[in-house]
Formats: sequence, C-alpha cells, structure tokens
Amino acid sequence: MLKKTSWMITAAVAVAFSGAAYADWKPTKPVEFVVTSSPGGGTDNFARVVQSIISKHKLMEQPVVVTNKGGGSGAEGFIYTKVAAGDSHKLTFGTNNAYLLPYVAKLAYKPDELTPVAAMALDEFLLWVKADAPYKDAKSYIDAVKAKPDTFKMGGSQSKDTDQTLTSLIQDATGAKFIYVPFQGGGAAGVQLAGGHIDSNTNNPNENAGQWKAGAVTPLCVFSPTRLQEGPKVTATMGWSDIPTCKEAGIPIDQFQMPRTVWLPGGVPSEAVAFYADLMKKVSETPEWKEYIERTSQTNRFLAGEELKTFIASDDAKNRKVFEQEGWIVR
Amino acid sequence: MENFASLMHGFGVALSTYHVALMMVGVLLGILVGVLPGLGAPNGVSLLLPLTFTMDPVAAIILLTSMYWGALFGGSTTSILFNIPGEPSSVATTFDGYPMARQGQATQALTLAFLSAGFGALVGVILITILSSWVAKFALRFSSPEYFAVYFLAFASFIGLGAASPFKTIVSMGLGFAFAAVGMDTVSGGLRLTYGFNELLSGISFLIAVIGLFGIGELIMTMEEGLRFDGIKARVKARDVFKTIGMLPRYWLTLLRSSAIGCWMGITPGGPTAASFMSYGIAKRLSRRKEAFGNGAPEGVVAPETADHAAGSSAILPMLALGVPGSATAAVMMGGLMIWGLNPGPMLFIERPDFVWGLIASMYLGNIVAVLIVLATIPLFASILRIPFAIIGPVIVIVCFIGAYTVAGRPFDLWLALSFGVAGYLFKKLDYPIAPLVLAMVLGDKAEDAFRQSMIMSRGSLSIFWSNGLVATLMVLGLALALGPLLSGTVGKLVRPKPTSAAV
Repeated sequence: MLKKTSWMITAAVAVAFSGAAYADWKPTKPVEFVVTSSPGGGTDNFARVVQSIISKHKLMEQPVVVTNKGGGSGAEGFIYTKVAAGDSHKLTFGTNNAYLLPYVAKLAYKPDELTPVAAMALDEFLLWVKADAPYKDAKSYIDAVKAKPDTFKMGGSQSKDTDQTLTSLIQDATGAKFIYVPFQGGGAAGVQLAGGHIDSNTNNPNENAGQWKAGAVTPLCVFSPTRLQEGPKVTATMGWSDIPTCKEAGIPIDQFQMPRTVWLPGGVPSEAVAFYADLMKKVSETPEWKEYIERTSQTNRFLAGEELKTFIASDDAKNRKVFEQEGWIVR
Repeated sequence: MENFASLMHGFGVALSTYHVALMMVGVLLGILVGVLPGLGAPNGVSLLLPLTFTMDPVAAIILLTSMYWGALFGGSTTSILFNIPGEPSSVATTFDGYPMARQGQATQALTLAFLSAGFGALVGVILITILSSWVAKFALRFSSPEYFAVYFLAFASFIGLGAASPFKTIVSMGLGFAFAAVGMDTVSGGLRLTYGFNELLSGISFLIAVIGLFGIGELIMTMEEGLRFDGIKARVKARDVFKTIGMLPRYWLTLLRSSAIGCWMGITPGGPTAASFMSYGIAKRLSRRKEAFGNGAPEGVVAPETADHAAGSSAILPMLALGVPGSATAAVMMGGLMIWGLNPGPMLFIERPDFVWGLIASMYLGNIVAVLIVLATIPLFASILRIPFAIIGPVIVIVCFIGAYTVAGRPFDLWLALSFGVAGYLFKKLDYPIAPLVLAMVLGDKAEDAFRQSMIMSRGSLSIFWSNGLVATLMVLGLALALGPLLSGTVGKLVRPKPTSAAV
C-alpha cells in the first residue's frame, strides 16, 4: 500500500509541476493507441473516436496507429503497456479494468506499473427489464425478485467484471438474490433481454438504446447520483432524463459508473504525461466529442492529475470491497 | 412488397460512379488481404477503418463490405492452390479444392469456388431483402441453449466423415478443444492453460494453427516428397472458365442446400466457418459418391464455398438489426457504424433507411463486381502454379510467417506457427485427421460457453435442452446426425447379416 501511495504522490507532483512545461515534449514518431478490447467493443469505440477527432482537428503532428489487444478481458493490452516501460509513444485505452483486473486474475502486471493520464467520460449503468414485464418501477421488480430468490436471471458481460460487481451490490443493498449469467458482451446481454431469455440486465445506455427505442426493453433506474442529461425523447413518452436514479427508486446505491481511462507505460517523462493529458483535454472540448457523449448517453467528465488519482483510489477501494466479499480476489 | 420498393431506392443510392469505383477498390484490396493467410478480412477492415472516418456512412460501408467480399474470395484462392486457407472459413475448401488443383484442374476448382461463392452470397442477400424483419425477430428467440444446439448440430454433421480411425479422430478433436480452452475464460473470469505465459492470455489464435497445420505442414510434406507440386502444371485456358460455368447448374442441389445451411448459420451466429464445415459434412454424407470426397470432388468445393458466402452476407443482418455481429469482420464494421454516428439496432432500418437499403443494394452490386473481378484473375492465379517449387516454396514460407505475425503482431506467434507446422507434418505422417482439430478449435470455446451459460440458467438441469420446441428440434436433428451412421450400420447388419464386399 505504501508503494501505491508513493507512486500516487510522485505522479501527482509530476503532473503539478509539468503544467507549464508540456510544450517541451512532443511525440517524435507515430503514436500507438493500444485498445484493451476487441474491435467493436466499447473501449475500441472510445479510442477510435479519440483517434478520429485528433486526425480531423489535426491536434497532433504525428499519426496515430490503433492496435487491438483485447485478450484476457484487456489484460493483454495492459501487460503490453507494462513491458513498454519508458516508451512515451504508446497510449493505452481502457476502463477501470486497468486497476481492477489484477485483483480477479493472476496477471503479470500491477496497476502501479502504468501511468494514469486522464479519464474522459463516465459510462452509466441502468437497470433494464423487458418492456412487457409487469414491473412499473425498480422497487416492484426488486420485490418480485425477493419473493422468489434464485429464479430471476440477471445478464451481463463477462464475469467478475462491472456488471457482476453491480449485481452483487444490488443484492447486498436490497437482499434480493439473482442468478447471474455472463455473456460475451453487453450487446449480447441486451439481445438476450429483448428475447426474454433473462429477466434484467445492467447495460450501459449505449448497449440498450436501440432495443429501448424499438420498445423491446425498458429502463427502471440509473445508478448515478443525479438523473441523466436532458436530450431528445427516446420513446414517445420518455427520454434519458425521465429515468429516476436508483436511489430515488428505492435501491440504496448512490453511484456506480465506469470511467473511460487513458494510460501511459511506467517510467515516462512527466512532460509526456502532461502533453497527452492536454491533448485529451483538447479532444474533450470538440463538438465531435460532445456528439459521441450524447449519442452514447455517457457523462462527460474530464479528470487528470490530482483529481484523477483521487477518483481512481476511491473507485478502486469501492470495487475491492465487493471483490473481497465475493471472494473473487486471487493470490 | 414494401421492402422491394426500399431496395429499388437503395439501388438509386448505391449506383453512382463513385460508389462503383469504391466497390472495385474494396474488392481488389480484399482479394489482396484474403490471399495473405493471417491478414484476413477482420484485420483488413480494421486497417481500412481510419480512412473512412471522413467519408459519408454509405460510401464508407460500401468500401468496407466490398473489401469483405474480396477477402472471402481471396481466401479460397490460396486454399485451392496451396492448401493454405487464407481465411478460417475457407479451411473446408482445401479438402477437395487442393486435390483438384493437384490433378491439374486448378482453373475448374477456382471457377467453381468463385461462382458458387457468388451464388451463396446472392442467396444470403436476397434473404436479407425479403425477410429482414422476420429474421430479426427469429434471431431473438435464440439463447444459450439454442446456440449450444446449433454448435452441436455443426459437430454432429461432421462426425464420422474422415476415413481415419475413430480413435484418431477423437484424439485430434480433443486436442482442438484443449487449444480452444487456452486463455481467459468468459464464464468464470479465470485463466486456463496459460502456464504463466503472457502470450497465451488471449488464447491460441485459430489462424496461427491453420497457417501452421496446413501451410507449413504441407510444405514440409512436399519437400519430403521431392520438391515439386505433382501434376499441376496445367495449361490455363480461358475456355476452361466458360466450360466450368456451364457445369455449375449440375450442382443445383448442393448449391441450394449449402445456401440454406449458410444462411441459417449466418443468422444464428454460428458464423461462416461453422457453416462451411457443416455444409461440407452434409454434402459428403448425402452424396452418392462419398469416396470421391477428399480426392477432388467438385461438390466438395461447391458446398463449403456456397455456405461460407451465404453465411458471410447474411451475418450482416443480425449486425444491423440487433447490434450483435455474426462474424469477427461484422464486429469491426459495427464499430465503424458507431463512429460514423449510426446506432446499430432495431431502429436503424426505420431511422436510416437510406443507409440500410443503400448497403443492401451495394451487397448485390458488390458481389457481382467481386465475381467478375475474381473470374478475371483466375488465369493469373492459376499460372502461379507453373512457377517451380524451388521459387514458390520459399515464398510460401515467407507469406505464412508474415501472415502469422500480422494476426496480432506478436513474435511469439511465429514460434507457435512453426510448432503447429511440425505438428501438422506429424499428423499427416501418422495419419491423424486435421479437420476435427480445426473444427473443435473454431467452435469449441463457443460451444463450451453456451453450454455453461445454459447450465447456469437452468441451475444444472440438462432438461433446458428440451425446454422449448426450437431447441428440442435442433437437439433431435443433431442427435440424429451424430448417431445416424451408427444406427444405419446396426440396422444394415440386422437386415443383411452377411454383407457382400461390393455393398461395403
């Protein structure tokens, strides 16, 4: 733990001091974007949107090359980054899996061997049920699950990942008991719900938006401290901002969000970290980025430097608690 | 016929000089990546994706899908000429395509492959045009037990195919399952069989195994046999192409059956690879000339090629209508859709009819363009075989290793490909069949995931595989196919206690 804190302080100091000095460092060769998901995944989308914005607005002189290293739920990409220590031309895109994966699988990297650069958005989680299910709100659904424990199926992507963590949190907070079924991604979990093969899922807005619009599934509540941003109506009567927060709806969970994060290998100059943090900041200020955030109904939140460290530390602690309780932690 | 009017409108969108030019560029690039083993359609499409960011969505998707068609065609070319499948889905084409080429019928094999592929693709697109809304609804009825039943059906149709001993088939299939299990397991989230190697985290790529087992293994065999390709110094005549075109209607039954299998596997994400294997298996089983299969039977080329392309094109439908990709390439294209600002899903047909129907129209045109282009390249490809082995052999080795490297850009894969090459050689020497290993590697982990998800859903009860009409029908079909040869053998013995040798 001491090691971790000292790493945070070093990095924080580095970022604080380099604010003015970032102009000194520039990439001198093509920059590799390492994507820790397979093509078509959420992280892949995120990285490629950033790439398209950089090339469209010419925010960087050097070209960008995207490589997918999504093996082992993304571990492949993070290990690749760890091995590239000191290389400031490899930027790695992920979620909170960057620091959570090593808890649940025996992997050859530790989170403190990566340098955090920025978090660019928070992806939201919602509780979805089939549209023709007889539940009007989250409370009545949870009550139905409680009445018949271990019969309702909750679908999610992969196992010991965000969806299962959230399911476990819901179980703790309400006393309901689900059967958790891991699928090969949120898209698959969405279709399984639309087809009525599972009873609910905790998909991100983007993963279920199409099915919601088509009237196949319906959201009960969002695991966010505030309601989602107002936008155009998705169905005839509802828009994203009409979905109650889960706390309002009677599930006592304040907040469960997944940051979209950007990392550098360890041992890179602080000027490089500052350069990329600044680059990502510029990306997040473009209209194309806003459009991406709106289309995917994520929460736009740019974090770098000290703020990012604090966020990671608290997110890490929160998830770790669930992992410990569920007995998922290896070693 | 509302869809038909939309389609006509789509043709209006797709038929512009710019779009047709894009199709030709896409197809040519596709053939190039398809011919290089390992590079393949998914990688090719990801490489091309950044170029499309500034294009409008219709033009962009036309370029990418045309490349996909081109790659599918290119993949069959190397299967037939060198026994090296350029794409995983063309593995089954090697079984009879390569023997045909060795017998000096490379031109015929290529022509048959391309034409039946074009036929399959057209059937797939027609299905999308007519049944798009019904198919989308039907696909929603599939859950893990149904998926498992589909994979089971694919395995069952392939059982008992080879001439090899059942024991050797089981060994080969078991090895395939073991290779498929390597890496991170989705259902438990744990690592399996990685032995602390970081390189094994993402599992063993099926492409690496194919490049090694087929490409390098075949080369070692050829070298041992005396540094030459036997009897494939065929004269290449343009007339042969036309003659073969005339032959095609003879295989109408195989064509129709294989298209049906292909469309089925494309819609229920079994994918093109499973489709081609299954189609080959069933074609052989139903054929009157079983012994010809594996020794250069034209049906052995027609069946997998038709199914492969029918599956490839119908796999686009689940991607558009459900947001679930039916193949690896479709997954990459789906990422593209989102970047161009489109949300794949049930609403895409309603919100962006221009895009959807433009794409579907371009699938008709793109496939016609692709067939014409590849037919024109046959003389060129077939004459490659006239180059002496001393020159082409080393080139193939280089291409194999470049291919192995491009799969994921990892030097480790080169060693892996070499090991698989040695294994492939040993397999051939000891008369172990390679096909069951390949099939198990492609479908093994998917079948396993589907089975375990079903078990989680049913809390451990096997009755879930009989729980509704759809899954029960699939399982019964699968069991019938798997046990069929056994039963018919037993029945045959009962009816005719003393079979004559002629009947066997």
